[in-house]
Amino acid sequence: MRDGVVAHQFDDLEQQNEADRLGMWVFLITEVLFFGGMFTAYIEYRTIHPQAFSIASHHLDYWMGTINTALLLVSSMTMALAVHGAQRGKRWISALFLFCTIVLGLGFLGVKFWEYAKHINEGLVPGRGFKYMGPYAREVELFMSFYFLMTGMHALHMTIGVCVVTVMLLLTLAGKITRVYHSPIVIAGLYWHFVDIVWIFLYPCFYLIGGPK
Amino acid sequence: MTAVDAAARLPIPARAKRPMREHYLNESYGLRSWLLTTDHKRIALMFLAAITFFFFIGGIAALLMRINLITPTGYIVGNETYNRLFSLHGIVMVWFFLIPSIPAVIGNFVLPMMLGARDLAFPKLNLLSFYIFVFGGCFTIADVILGGVDTGWTFYTPLSSEYLTSQVVLAIAGVFITGFSSILTGLNFIVTTHRMRAPGLTWFRLPLFVWSMYTTSAILVLATPVLAITLVMLAVERIWHFGIFDPRYGGDPLLFQHLFWFYSHPAVYIMVLPAMGVVSEIIATFSRKRVFGYKFVAFASISIGVLGFLVWGHHMFVAGQSVYASTVFSFLSFLVAVPSAIKVFNWTMTMRKGHVHFSTPMLYALGFIGLFTIGGLTGLFVATLGVDVHVHDTYFVIAHFHFIMVGGSVMAYLGAIHYWWPKISGKLYPEMWGRISAVLIFFGFNLTFLPQFLLGYLGMPRRYHNYPPEFQVLNVMSTAGATILGLGYLLPLAYLIWSARYAKDAPPNPWGATGLEWQTDSPPPKDNFYETPIVTEEPYNYPETESAYA
Repeated sequence: MRDGVVAHQFDDLEQQNEADRLGMWVFLITEVLFFGGMFTAYIEYRTIHPQAFSIASHHLDYWMGTINTALLLVSSMTMALAVHGAQRGKRWISALFLFCTIVLGLGFLGVKFWEYAKHINEGLVPGRGFKYMGPYAREVELFMSFYFLMTGMHALHMTIGVCVVTVMLLLTLAGKITRVYHSPIVIAGLYWHFVDIVWIFLYPCFYLIGGPK
Repeated sequence: MTAVDAAARLPIPARAKRPMREHYLNESYGLRSWLLTTDHKRIALMFLAAITFFFFIGGIAALLMRINLITPTGYIVGNETYNRLFSLHGIVMVWFFLIPSIPAVIGNFVLPMMLGARDLAFPKLNLLSFYIFVFGGCFTIADVILGGVDTGWTFYTPLSSEYLTSQVVLAIAGVFITGFSSILTGLNFIVTTHRMRAPGLTWFRLPLFVWSMYTTSAILVLATPVLAITLVMLAVERIWHFGIFDPRYGGDPLLFQHLFWFYSHPAVYIMVLPAMGVVSEIIATFSRKRVFGYKFVAFASISIGVLGFLVWGHHMFVAGQSVYASTVFSFLSFLVAVPSAIKVFNWTMTMRKGHVHFSTPMLYALGFIGLFTIGGLTGLFVATLGVDVHVHDTYFVIAHFHFIMVGGSVMAYLGAIHYWWPKISGKLYPEMWGRISAVLIFFGFNLTFLPQFLLGYLGMPRRYHNYPPEFQVLNVMSTAGATILGLGYLLPLAYLIWSARYAKDAPPNPWGATGLEWQTDSPPPKDNFYETPIVTEEPYNYPETESAYA
């Protein structure tokens, strides 16, 4: 079968779908290594300065992180349901769950930026605006550098993810996604789940590492 | 009289008797048809133009350095300018020439054809990869115009993050952006090799060039993102003084070196593995024999790719790394020599009792084997803990890696350009000029870099614009060699451009080579093949004239 959706370089839709999926998996491997560089650095400094990292962790809002974790886990579920709906050709179910995913993703970003605003007010932003004077001030600043760098990079990926899912929603509403041709939603789902998994690692590294106060 | 009658009465030009066959170069015209093309062959040619431009930028920087080193006090430039010259040379040659050279030009052009595919799996990503490369290149050019950078290509902290006032962030941005071009190319090649092979083209029927491009792509995809994030951390540190690599804040400058070399050592294999693939193709074609131990050569590529990720610490023997780590890294570095040696021995065995033709590509391939062997063996010297302390950061190291990168990769790249030129342009290059340039480059290269081994061993450090007077003779020799080398590089540029217009048309398979890319016309039609080829035989299936084991 060779209709409008098969690009000229492919023989059939199956080959195209397989190529699309493999392409996304290879891209995700790249992303693992991208975040991996930051996690490596984080692990080294956490090993050198365990106490400072514990103190610094207590300056983050535990509940904000937890709410965000919950939002993302639920969004992963809605994304999976949207993919499932698309695969069975249920256009409106798929659209509904894509919409839920977007709302949850925006909710996450809202909470995150609210947190950032709070840190800015508290003078926890590394660099010239850093006002924390307690014990291990320098190392706490280092912790906050990684906090902003890693959650910031994650938030950037979330923003891209929300845009991608929005495009998927528009494609679904326009009827471009069918029971036969739904690989864009599948690979968008892969990306979304990956970004969620990154957060699953970020959450303990920053919010839980200090243990109970 | 109607218009049709008028046209019929016009004298028929001689060329119109045989209508021009439509191929990828003439199927559409105009700037737009090139700049917006998704044809892998046209994108390859655009990459060829772009990296040739960067090659001459980096080459001019090198030539100025060599001219400066004619006299012990520095002939034309001072300390500051010299620092900027070698940084420019390193950054441009590594990221804007060597890394994209064979993959983005030769790989882009021939990989889909070797697989019997109409195009890469993601043609639009391929075009995007080109524009990302150009965009990154603009930053590098802007950097040069605004005064350049003097960190060296390694961007070591805290020199790059704290002390220098030059355009470090701009240089980092250029390299960072170009990295995504590499990643997209690698991703495209991996997916294409997995999913786009012609019917019957099993993994062990793939040409060895595909095996080496596949390994290279894996390295591109795995290593480049680590460089990207490392450069992000460096930029963040330089702009906002976050203290990530700054010991005053509890940071660790050595971590930067670890992360940097985690990319940059595998990057050496990004440069040399494609070259090895090219050499395997050329040696088989011009020896008229199957590659000896095909599977060993194929798996040697994979094992070089894997081991290449485990040896980065050998760049840091004197950087304050623990001596136990250094010992392990030293041992693993020796291990990489094994698959590399397997390749060299197997190429040599392939030529044994073959019908060896010393055509231009073969001369480059033979040059590669000799120079790569010297580069590889001196690599064992610098991988040895004790010897490295003596020669670290001297011209010995410079000579060693130039033997791999210039003597290896650039020789193979030029060999590949000549080998596939009839396919790319549909024209035969002038063979005699080809041979002259190959010999000139080989001679010029050796005159440039052999003296540098001696200089380094005698203790001349790298990255200085001046030196003690007793080193002058060897330095003058090296500069003389560099001049010959420069001339050698200009020659192919001249006669290849000339040949594209004036030379004889090439037949589909001028070398009588096996491989799917030679079974279609020269230049190939837009979709590469008129019908999808079906593969029924092993690669390099040249008729055996006598037993290889006789």
